[in-house]
Amino acid sequence: MSELKRTALHDLHIELGARMVPFSGYEMPVQYAPGVLKEHLQCRAAAGLFDVGHMGQVILRPRSGDVADAARALESLVPVDVLGLAPGRQRYAMFTDDAGGILDDLMVANRDDHLFLVVNAACKADDLAHLRAHLGDTCAVDEITDRGLLALQGPAAEAVLEGLAPGAAGLRFMDVATLASDFGPLWVSRSGYTGEDGFEISVEAGQAEPLARALLADGAVEPIGLGARDSLRLEAGLCLYGQDIDRSTSPVEAGLSWAIQKVRRTGGARAGGFPGAVRILDELDTGPGRLRVGLRPQTRAPMREGTRLFAAETGGDPVGAVTSGAFGPSVEAPISMGYVPVDLAGEGRNLWGEVRGKRLPVRVAALPFTAAKYKR
Amino acid sequence: MKYTEEHEWLRVEDDLVVVGITEHAAEQLGDIVFVDLPEEGTTVSKDDEVVVIESVKAASDILAPLDGEIVEVNEALTDNPGLVNDDPLGEAWFFKMKIEDLSALDDYMDEGDYKKFIG
Repeated sequence: MSELKRTALHDLHIELGARMVPFSGYEMPVQYAPGVLKEHLQCRAAAGLFDVGHMGQVILRPRSGDVADAARALESLVPVDVLGLAPGRQRYAMFTDDAGGILDDLMVANRDDHLFLVVNAACKADDLAHLRAHLGDTCAVDEITDRGLLALQGPAAEAVLEGLAPGAAGLRFMDVATLASDFGPLWVSRSGYTGEDGFEISVEAGQAEPLARALLADGAVEPIGLGARDSLRLEAGLCLYGQDIDRSTSPVEAGLSWAIQKVRRTGGARAGGFPGAVRILDELDTGPGRLRVGLRPQTRAPMREGTRLFAAETGGDPVGAVTSGAFGPSVEAPISMGYVPVDLAGEGRNLWGEVRGKRLPVRVAALPFTAAKYKR
Repeated sequence: MKYTEEHEWLRVEDDLVVVGITEHAAEQLGDIVFVDLPEEGTTVSKDDEVVVIESVKAASDILAPLDGEIVEVNEALTDNPGLVNDDPLGEAWFFKMKIEDLSALDDYMDEGDYKKFIG
């Protein structure tokens, strides 16, 4: 087994009493002393600090000096309008493969003279190779390894960060900016993975721990582990790569069509031109065969990843499966997401999920399970 | 009080064996969010899966520690699974069993042995 990597906050996690687990090649905190439920509720009630330093930070710097060239090049790998992304703005995207599946999902920010990408830890080596192979002529592709990445999420996040990095409060959802602070320049985006208002903050590695300590010094902020991060994102209806989306799911099946702007769709000025465009555009035009949906188990038993879904209480083959499932601490009930055929995907549709050999009722539900609190 | 290697505690009360999980087990499992109890009157064999508990992390089973009959279950856990974390050795017992011969309990660990077992 290869050595696990550590983030810039490793020693702080230990000091804070975290239970550390291997995650995507890193040693990461899964929970702290209060535990997953309390950490989850803390983030929704006040603010939570997450170490997301395992994620990949990548800069695409156009060799021409014109960021439009980097944007145009990146559009050959994602079904997203990158050229139309204004300076100081960020957008959700996904790398697709030739079959229309998803290689990874990511954030793309236009930081004036370059594009800044945040990709999943488990995919970052493949993503870098993919970017270099296809964009290497147009852009220098640099992985940023000398910066940590923190997320500060929750209703108190704005006031707390504004105190340390003036200007944070002036950002809107999906704005990005470089903010001056006592911890060096912070690359801040107003976004996150919890459904709450909040920020993701890229900071010089040597300043990551002092910044984290300064944030935690505010009584409103507590550290949050991967356990609560997962229940928060599930309540927010957000996909986890490798579970809810992967190479076997298209963006349209995954309910991510909102991320594919008109200009990249059939009839748009830059329609297609990304891997898997034939399938993805066809699914946008005529509808996919199946869809990712929210699911509310009708008993208290959680339906976890892999739970097979049936159209009837007895007989028949499975019609789909749960891709993420857990107890939702804010919903106060079990919640799941999964894929079902479109004719069974209507809200309120009753299905059955097989738990420990028994089929239990489950109902198709709207996503997200908890309303998003973004500051638009 | 006796202890199993599955981190259950067994306590004799009015000729019945009361079964719960240890503090160590509750802490390892994390926040309990669901408890599925057996029917009262069920006859069980040792090592049958009789209770399912789900934490925020995963599902796990509680096994019957002995042959016998489940005579009472703790319905309070159905509505308040978090009781298992709050009071694992007290209010959060899972079920009471009637067994033929209480001496079967002698095979299980006492508190000192259990403490060594969990190290």
